[in-house]
Amino acid sequence: MESKLTNDQVLSAIRAQFGEVIGEEQQTTDGILNVFVDATKSHDIIEWLYKHADFKVQFLTNITGIHIPENDPENELMVVYHLHSLQNNFRLRLKANLSIDNPTIGTITDVFSAANWLERETYDFFGIIFEGHPNLVRILNEDSMDYFPMRKQYHLEDETRQDKDNRFFGR
Amino acid sequence: MSEDLEKYKMNVPAELESEDTIEGEIATLNLGPTHPATHGIFQNILKVDGEKILSSEQTVGYIHRAFEKLAERRPFHQIAPITDRLNYCSSPINNIGWHMTVEKLSGIEVPKRVQYMRVIIMELARIADHLICNSVIGVDTGALTGFTWMFIERERIYDMYEEICGARLTTNIGRIGGFERDFTEGFHKKIQDFLATFPKRFEEFDSMFLRNRIFMDRTIGVGGISAERALNYGFVGPNLRAAGVDYDVRVHSPYSSYEDFEFDIPVGTAGDTYDRFCVRQEEVRQSLRIINQAYKNLPEGPYHADIPEFYLPKKADVYNKMEALIYHFKIIMGETPVPAGEVYHSVEGGNGELGYYLISDGGRTPYRLQFRRPCFIYYQAYPEMITGQSLSDAVVTLSSLNVIAGELDA
Amino acid sequence: MGKVTAEGDFKAINYEGFQLTTLDTVIGAARMNSLWPLPFATSCCGIEYMASMAPNYDIARFGMERMSFSPRQADLLIVAGTISKKLAPVLRQVYEQMSEPKWVLSVGACASSGGIFDTYSVLQGIDRVIPVDVYVPGCPPRPEQIIDGIMNIQALVKHESLRRRYSPEYKDLLDSYKIENDINGK
Repeated sequence: MESKLTNDQVLSAIRAQFGEVIGEEQQTTDGILNVFVDATKSHDIIEWLYKHADFKVQFLTNITGIHIPENDPENELMVVYHLHSLQNNFRLRLKANLSIDNPTIGTITDVFSAANWLERETYDFFGIIFEGHPNLVRILNEDSMDYFPMRKQYHLEDETRQDKDNRFFGR
Repeated sequence: MSEDLEKYKMNVPAELESEDTIEGEIATLNLGPTHPATHGIFQNILKVDGEKILSSEQTVGYIHRAFEKLAERRPFHQIAPITDRLNYCSSPINNIGWHMTVEKLSGIEVPKRVQYMRVIIMELARIADHLICNSVIGVDTGALTGFTWMFIERERIYDMYEEICGARLTTNIGRIGGFERDFTEGFHKKIQDFLATFPKRFEEFDSMFLRNRIFMDRTIGVGGISAERALNYGFVGPNLRAAGVDYDVRVHSPYSSYEDFEFDIPVGTAGDTYDRFCVRQEEVRQSLRIINQAYKNLPEGPYHADIPEFYLPKKADVYNKMEALIYHFKIIMGETPVPAGEVYHSVEGGNGELGYYLISDGGRTPYRLQFRRPCFIYYQAYPEMITGQSLSDAVVTLSSLNVIAGELDA
Repeated sequence: MGKVTAEGDFKAINYEGFQLTTLDTVIGAARMNSLWPLPFATSCCGIEYMASMAPNYDIARFGMERMSFSPRQADLLIVAGTISKKLAPVLRQVYEQMSEPKWVLSVGACASSGGIFDTYSVLQGIDRVIPVDVYVPGCPPRPEQIIDGIMNIQALVKHESLRRRYSPEYKDLLDSYKIENDINGK
């Protein structure tokens, strides 16, 4: 099925509505529209897209986080939203950069109920705080865990093991 | 044994609370994490009034195996075995979806024969997944015979996987760019046999449940969800189609030549357990239709793309030619030239849209790989689906959602 | 029953009368053929376990017709699948709730040693929390391998001394896991 909307159409509409909080558009290999947005406005943009009469972006595909230690600390963490309009067969990706010291962003659980656990998972792995989330606690890891494992500085293996000699495992 | 075992002592659960209300006493009941009817390890703490469920609180993560962190450590072709273990009832779909993601990022085109072969294998996997789900719905209502019958059919599907990749369940089937071997003679015999005899046995299984009074009483009106709530909860796959929305990734963003085949998307109306059962039954029939078309029109040609940087060369060449030796060494060591970039690719898995969000920085391993797992997202709706229903309804609803623990927790 | 007659060069057994054997043999034979398993199936190995329950491989032939999901009524704890650290207290609790004599079969690489998941969240082998009798390697093991594991358990059951659960060695084993053992009535 062909998409009924084009990337430029949607991007210019968002730019017209929200202006300067929209950053760069990024080209990716899969041709999906990628837009960098300001973290303070992400909730409003998503809600506007949800309620837009033509675009009907009413399906949340995914929320995830990325840790990019190569960036400066103001932009070290990133939240990525994958949205989908089923009627128009159009996908788009919103990205918001967050600082490593205070990674807060507004929650979208009032727009999409699916965001509840997705945001909890992103918090569990990266430590990104979603303001307004009804129950922001760890979901997949143990409650007693005191670090955010998907950040790049932490190892995959359990650091507290004594019975494994790292020399034999190439580490 | 030198570890501190104190941390493995379980906290004794609190006493059963009971508050006297106008209706009666409210009890707290722990459904799980180990329970014969939770097909997987998840815990639901229910507040029940007699048999009626008032609220439910979920705990997941009992089988969290850190796939995403593991993927950052492994080269691209070594990630296929861990994708197996997502939805392990239909692992070929996960494998082939991963290979397609890497091909999308690297700009690799696969030959037509490979695409048709992939369709055949993925539809067989879908049939296997739906067979488990439906027979387990039967088991939860008390009918064990369907389970024993359909597992024989699953063994026949396993035999077919073994012909190609050697494994039964966690198949690691296919390679980046194609398959490791062509369909063997044994495979052709087995699939012709399967296509000839399976439909009749499937109809026997169907006739046991579809108009069975007891089954209908147990499943109609149980665990229903409306289409609007389902879309808001991010439902995909047979669960969404049972609620009335005909969203299927194979039709909306076709991949691997699905646009060549003619098949229908079954859609339910009420979104309850009976509709989910019927949608899966019909999807098995549609999958058989696709396999028949694909197998009849299987084009001739190579069974893998001509990409020596990704696909292992023949062993005879490795021992005799220099380039083959170098390619072999580089691939085994993980030095595949996947370019830097970002893709999101989705396939229609047994449970719906299984997505792979891959970011590569040009290195040996992915920079970030995230699996968009349908089970994780739609399981959130479970409390809403069972509130107000009885305990036995909760059990049947859970099995009809086909929540696979491996996919839930990743 | 009347007299049984037979042709050939062997003794006929008259079913009335006495049979001479040791109590260990009889009880061992009875136990080994009537083990009730508790399938603690978490992931992919659980599906292969379900396939071994299915008609093609059928462990009901070994007396395991009835799966007991209640620890109180189970003899054999079959742990099939990955056990994460979050689940380890649950596994321990289930093991402690089983009554003696009990055996543990660890099916699959993940249960035996953590398998391919050498990560921060996976328990590297259930023998860190409970004592295991037989390990079945594989990822996942074929049903034939699971049946082989079950037959090894049956061999253990058949030859186990009736006093084993009261012996100081067994008590030391449980103490090393810090599992309470009331069988000595201490």
